[in-house]
Amino acid sequence: MSVHLAPRTYLVLSLVLLLSLLVGVLQGAVSLGPETVGKILLHRAGIPIGPITWQPADETILLQLRLPRVLGGALVGAALATAGVLFQGLLRNPLADPYIIGTSAGAGFAATVAMLLLPPASILGFGSVALSAFLGGLVAVVVVYRLARVRGRTSVVTLLLAGVVVNTVLGYLSSLTIIFFEGSEFQLRRVFTWLMGGIAVNDPRQLFVVGPVILGGIAVACGFTASLNALAIGEEGAVAVGVDLDREAARIVALGALLTGAAVSVSGLIGFLGLAVPHILRLAIGPDHRRLLPASALAGAALLVLADAAARSLVAPAELPVGIFTALLGGPLFLFLLRRNGQQPGWQ
Amino acid sequence: MTRHIHLDAVGFAYPSGFALTNIHLTIEQGEMVAILGPNGSGKTTLLKLMLGLLPPRQGQVYFEGGALGGVSRRELARAMAMVPQEMPLSYGLTVWEVVLLGRTPYLRRFRGSTSEDREAVLAAMAAADIQASASRPFNELSGGERQRVLLALALAQKPRLLLLDEPTRHLDLSHQLRTLSLIRRLNVEHGLTVISSIHDLNLCSLYFDRLILLSSGQIVADGPPDKVIQPDLLREVFGIAVLVEPHPTRDTPWVTILPEKE
Repeated sequence: MSVHLAPRTYLVLSLVLLLSLLVGVLQGAVSLGPETVGKILLHRAGIPIGPITWQPADETILLQLRLPRVLGGALVGAALATAGVLFQGLLRNPLADPYIIGTSAGAGFAATVAMLLLPPASILGFGSVALSAFLGGLVAVVVVYRLARVRGRTSVVTLLLAGVVVNTVLGYLSSLTIIFFEGSEFQLRRVFTWLMGGIAVNDPRQLFVVGPVILGGIAVACGFTASLNALAIGEEGAVAVGVDLDREAARIVALGALLTGAAVSVSGLIGFLGLAVPHILRLAIGPDHRRLLPASALAGAALLVLADAAARSLVAPAELPVGIFTALLGGPLFLFLLRRNGQQPGWQ
Repeated sequence: MTRHIHLDAVGFAYPSGFALTNIHLTIEQGEMVAILGPNGSGKTTLLKLMLGLLPPRQGQVYFEGGALGGVSRRELARAMAMVPQEMPLSYGLTVWEVVLLGRTPYLRRFRGSTSEDREAVLAAMAAADIQASASRPFNELSGGERQRVLLALALAQKPRLLLLDEPTRHLDLSHQLRTLSLIRRLNVEHGLTVISSIHDLNLCSLYFDRLILLSSGQIVADGPPDKVIQPDLLREVFGIAVLVEPHPTRDTPWVTILPEKE
């Protein structure tokens, strides 16, 4: 029987997230001791802790690089996992992920064009690539949504298929752009790296924009959990129990696209996480979205922070694409739970 | 008596061509109405039009005095519930979780379910005789048990009008009678208006006050059982030969099916 509040689940996941943040802050090309980190933070908070015993470089690394990156990773992970819950619930499809209705290819195409053709610019710390990716993802979702509306109604199946088609078409347009405007090797490598995904908070100011959008988006998403639950009994079933499906679907799509767009603007396309985290949590704590959504946000944040710490520590000072580690950390866990649970919470 | 639901010249057409045409129908509060007709005569379509799941192509559906389209889905779901023939679940849920979805129109955003919701769910499960299976996965139930869960879900909405689409279809004889008796009791004791499609001509005569006979998307007969259960009419609509006699112990018609001549 479902109990709405499961304080223990949230407690455990919050602790895991805190530990991940700690690991994320300490790990990296230059490892910082916990003591140093604590002292720098207390010092910056204005609490007197005696003489300064750390290198000025450590302070710069912590405040300008490490902390923004770790917090950025947590935000991106939370946003992608939440968007995954929203799209899997709305589309009632276990293969749905945050990118499924056009975001990935829309953002990818716009980012490719920006990297090859647009001059670097910066607004609030966001470069032209980040801004293009954000807008490209949103425009693609709007196009997909418009395509899926037939005679004033939105069909979930059409939404799904239109998303796949738009993703495919835009994906090839990106390839075409790369072939036509063959850039320098450096540019191509940049495009490739961006498409693989990686946390890139180049300017701490970015967090002050992305942070409120993502945290606010997750909070608002919690208001849609009853509708997502009702969708388990099909579109007509949901309408019959009082869900205004057209309105709710539009809002859920908008919210999912906003969360994904905000994540993509600082991380490129990180795959797998938004697909796997909701599944892992559904297997662990059940399908009730009122719990699933906040729990997935916490778990997604923790997973991405850990994966990112691994990505930048293992071959330091070089970096590996973080997507490799979200897959390596999340994949086995997902498979283990899937096999342990057998068919039980299976999708139809 | 007040009009509970009223269809005024309602027409509907699927792209494939099947259509309901010019349906005029008024159902008063507290009526117990059966919709009869061959497969594909429009019974389910008619129920979906009443619930607003399908928008009428022509005419207008009025519910409790107002146009159906002018009422919010949430408000409608507190007043009107439907027991569908089948309900596809996207992923595994327990019986309790499924019935709890009937409380969706009472939930407030950002709030959990209340003790009132839990009481309504327990009462609905008890009424539908499914409370013993509360923690079982819905997908592991038999067809008959699922049907009773869907009835409990609808009752958890605390509706004033209950629509049912062949509620006895998957049930054994005992549960057919139990389900119809329960619906009848809710109708008599609580004034619940009931509109149900049903195939069994004898059961509908026993439990319903008014029968509506559909054929090819049109109402061909509407009245008490003894008016509608007529051999000529049934032969014309269903293409079957029947013998209609009075029920041995009740004041209702009893249909005996005569097999076709070899």
